[in-house]
Amino acid sequence: MDLLSFARGPALKVALAVFCAGVVWRIAAFALLRIRRDLNRPRNSLFKYLGAGLYTIGTRSWPHPEFIRRTGAGEALGYSYHMGLFVVVLLFAPHIAFLGSLFGITWPGLPNSVITVIAVISLTLFLAVLFRRVTSPVIRMLSNFDDYFSWFITMLVMVTGLAATAQIGARYSTLVAVHILSVDVLLLWFPFGKLMHAFYIFPSRAINGAILARKGAAS
Amino acid sequence: MSDVAVEGLPAQARVAGAMQGFSREIGALSAFRLESCIHCGICADACHYYVATEDPQYTPIWKVEPFKQAYKREASAFAPLFRLFGFKRAVSAEQLEHWQHLLFDSCNLCGRCSLICPMGIDVAALIEQARHAMFDAGLAPKELYDKAAHQRATGQPEASAEPYRDQLIAIGVRFDVRIPLDESDVDVMLCIPRTDIDHYPGAVAALARVMSHLGVSCTFRSDGLIAENYGYYAGGREWQRDISLRLIDTAIACKAKTLIVPECGHAYAALRWEAADLYGKPLPFKVLAVTEFLAQELGAGRLRLGNATTGPTTFQDPCQLSRTGGVTEAPRALMKAMGVDLQEMRNNGSFSYCCGGGGGVVDIERAAPLRYRTMEIKLREIDDTGANTFLTTCSDCRRTFDDAQRHFSWDKSPESLLELVAKNLIDAGAGR
Repeated sequence: MDLLSFARGPALKVALAVFCAGVVWRIAAFALLRIRRDLNRPRNSLFKYLGAGLYTIGTRSWPHPEFIRRTGAGEALGYSYHMGLFVVVLLFAPHIAFLGSLFGITWPGLPNSVITVIAVISLTLFLAVLFRRVTSPVIRMLSNFDDYFSWFITMLVMVTGLAATAQIGARYSTLVAVHILSVDVLLLWFPFGKLMHAFYIFPSRAINGAILARKGAAS
Repeated sequence: MSDVAVEGLPAQARVAGAMQGFSREIGALSAFRLESCIHCGICADACHYYVATEDPQYTPIWKVEPFKQAYKREASAFAPLFRLFGFKRAVSAEQLEHWQHLLFDSCNLCGRCSLICPMGIDVAALIEQARHAMFDAGLAPKELYDKAAHQRATGQPEASAEPYRDQLIAIGVRFDVRIPLDESDVDVMLCIPRTDIDHYPGAVAALARVMSHLGVSCTFRSDGLIAENYGYYAGGREWQRDISLRLIDTAIACKAKTLIVPECGHAYAALRWEAADLYGKPLPFKVLAVTEFLAQELGAGRLRLGNATTGPTTFQDPCQLSRTGGVTEAPRALMKAMGVDLQEMRNNGSFSYCCGGGGGVVDIERAAPLRYRTMEIKLREIDDTGANTFLTTCSDCRRTFDDAQRHFSWDKSPESLLELVAKNLIDAGAGR
């Protein structure tokens, strides 16, 4: 078995199994803890505060005007590289073909040249994110191994992907194999660290937003 | 650091017990909040302690770091791995002693951080829960602990020179208003912050005057009078429940359908949004903030108000009433009805900065220098409005600003919105 077959064969299967089981266990471990019923009379109706929770998913995507001067740039940086990543992952033709082989559906992609430009911009923004993490006293203080390793493994996926696209440093099949192996490692790490925020972000905004709206408080 | 040592166990054993208790009792919601943090640090930019000092330790989510550590080590999905490989150390007594400064001296539980988190985490709710563990570890600040203990035992946070019942009667005589006291079979029970009785008796008289004007069947009760809840401040959950129970039981005994919380932010939070959980079932009466009640009366046409001649006026939203309590529009409706020329601060309503005294901070002596430093943000915003009059609806806010007036030789003193309403009452039939 060559490296590419290994990377997209048994390695990917194991990584996906760990990813799925780990994500389910990580969520179940807290979701199965005691849920306290709020016995205080709500100010708003159930319909209204659940609706407000859903609304919070959108409103927390950007800072309230009172905060924007202090946090707008940082949030713009964060959202920009996330959007770049999504575009590259979901709209790059080889990715679509690969995902199609896994899930059986395909969709139109963007030209390779456009994807390459977006990938380079995203990679640059991702470097800026690391720079910010190590230079901001607040973020540096909050950061731990999880933050840096999650950054590193995501960066590795981006760099190996760009190297494969540009065919730099080795044979194409080897570069693709290394890229897929890096994705395997990312999937293996995913349930153990902060990458889980991909699953948490919308429910977290909605639940906390609904709880605040139940009291008639701003969210 | 002054703290309260719980007798019997050494410090580390107390801390270990408290942290295990925290992890056991955490519940799905708080665990989800701890899980969701992405370490972006954005919450720092909402906190007046960080904004004023630029000291990273005041980042709100950092204030629960030992509790995040304990949760990951004791109760998270991969807790055995965290323990086996030593990724998360056990929380030490020294660590928690330092965190006493972060959880009590430099947090007003104001909730502004909960509005900025891109993950939507209610950071202030986590900090309040962390205070419970600090209390269990014997690390509540002495001022808060002592007042909570006294209030739990006697119904009032400190001994008073005269019984509060006698002081209420004296206020009635001084302000020429009938104080309904110790009556039964009433529609409304009134409580009052002891801060108002001690420092702002005009607010007590105003409450009685407004209720009398509206013809509301109501009473103060000497067996359940004080609105404040120092158990809430100190983090003693059982003590908070016992203090709330005194008011709940009294309201039930006098058959009140509504308990009106006067101008006191945290009393409203404790009674409106936490008491039923501690009581174990929904309260058999409504809890309303006085401004909320008055705005309802205004809307129903039972309350009519004349024009107040206050000139340009600004308003301080008490955090526990507005941001976390949902009572933001009611005071503005009252001011509008009185024709008040409201000059809003740059950050107002739900986004208002805390006065700096909330969360019991105004009672913690060692916290005063930092409190003064952070208050400068608020004082500047008030000055920038150009207002001559400065209103609020919280006695702790008033006490904090009055203290600032002395400290900074500031030229303003907050006034009570309730007192302004009482001064501008118009007979419901007048002018019709």
